[in-house]
Amino acid sequence: MSFEPKIVGFLCNWCSYSGADLAGVSRIKSAPNVRIIRTMCSGRVDPAFILKSFQLGADGVVVMGCHLGDCHYQEGNYKTLRRIPFLKRLIREFGIDPRRLRLEWVSASEGDRFAEVVNEMTEEIRKIGPFIHSATKIKK
Amino acid sequence: MAKPKLALYWAASCGGCEIAVLDLHEKILDVANAFDIVFWPVALDFKYSDVRAMEDKSIDICLFNGAIRNSENEEMAHLMRDKSKLVVAFGACAHEGGIPGLANLTTKDAILKWVFKDSPSTVSNNGTYPQTHTRMPEGEIEIPEMWETVKALNQVIDVDYYIPGCPPQPDQIWGVIEYILSGQPMPAKGATLGAGDKTCCEECPRERKEKKLKQFFRPYEIISDPNECLLDQGIICLGPVSRSGCGALCPKANIPCRGCYGAPPNCPDQGAKMVSAISSVIDAHEPEEIEKILDQIVDPLGTFYRFSVPQSILRRVEKI
Ligand code: SF4
Ligand code: SF4
Ligand code: SF4
Ligand code: FES
Repeated sequence: MSFEPKIVGFLCNWCSYSGADLAGVSRIKSAPNVRIIRTMCSGRVDPAFILKSFQLGADGVVVMGCHLGDCHYQEGNYKTLRRIPFLKRLIREFGIDPRRLRLEWVSASEGDRFAEVVNEMTEEIRKIGPFIHSATKIKK
Repeated sequence: MAKPKLALYWAASCGGCEIAVLDLHEKILDVANAFDIVFWPVALDFKYSDVRAMEDKSIDICLFNGAIRNSENEEMAHLMRDKSKLVVAFGACAHEGGIPGLANLTTKDAILKWVFKDSPSTVSNNGTYPQTHTRMPEGEIEIPEMWETVKALNQVIDVDYYIPGCPPQPDQIWGVIEYILSGQPMPAKGATLGAGDKTCCEECPRERKEKKLKQFFRPYEIISDPNECLLDQGIICLGPVSRSGCGALCPKANIPCRGCYGAPPNCPDQGAKMVSAISSVIDAHEPEEIEKILDQIVDPLGTFYRFSVPQSILRRVEKI
């Protein structure tokens, strides 16, 4: 059976979630691999949510927010801009390929960009392969 | 009335938690007066077989320190659980894996290979390597098997209460003992005893300002101001992600908090919270500059989870 990546997407309500919606309404084809969770801002995505996603078996996690300067809470996405690279370093230390975590800016009008990001990431994760966290197999 | 029965046990532990109990000084005599100590390998000559011979649930309280890192630790955890009404995870190692839990950053093979073969100070020893079974003229010797992954106590048995700290502070230990002896109703199962429910920063006398950081230092790289918050000065301090209870001992001694009291309430993961806290105070808006600043934070995993790798969300590194 071919491997279908499971990707968790945390999408900011104000931009990227609407962007995803637009992609749907405009019938732009995109891979069905991203499970979307809507958040009020990319800055609301607690790093623990991302670690938990991996613990529960996500093959990848993508955080999408408003373009820099467009955050509805002003500084929220700048926080994200610092958090995600920091978190990539942390998961790399945990032995998780940092390419499994992505940060993308997608506005409400960028349905095509949403589809592009999703398709590209799905293909990349497909190449990297499934992620099964070894903590789920701990016996001894 | 018969005295309540008390047991103390150490699993994968450094002995510091035992010292912390002895640091009760003369109050240790009050403990001995108030309880019937039925098992305490570090101080009294009881054997495992004595415990096995006890009736189930005949021990009132077991203070269990140390992590679970081999078959003996795990067997003893189950035995103490069977024999005790209340089991308390005592100290950071039992509470969240503690310092031995750092072994989860590597593998059992890598550790044994380093210790018995590769480390520069290992004298060539004709290939001696730990085995669980060894044949000797007198018969076969069996020693415990080391586990691949270190676990906190509640990852192998049901735990009633937690007393955090590496080690727990003697005044806090005494507070818990006094409370138990007072006969007041015990807190709900799962409660953390001998600690506060805020963060270490709340107990810290250092002055905090609005943080904006472009540079981080390891403690030896800077002469820090004794009155200002260490984190404000760019020294990684885990105060914001550690439970109160120790009285901010380390920052008071000019050393950053390493998080031994564990995560504060409603914080599932010290490292995740620390990533969040630091990201909020880094004063940079360009990816390149951000990367440069992050380069100064050496080994976030080993630093942010110094005592809590086994109890963290990811629990161990992927096998390399
Ligand atoms: S919690 Fe600290 S003092 Fe206690 S056994 Fe573990 S390392 Fe030693
Ligand atoms: S970060 Fe450290 S030094 Fe600063 S207030 Fe908190 S505990 Fe004190
Ligand atoms: S300051 Fe931090 S590391 Fe030091 S004893 Fe307190 S909780 Fe533990
Ligand atoms: S509101 Fe969209 S990233 Fe903050």
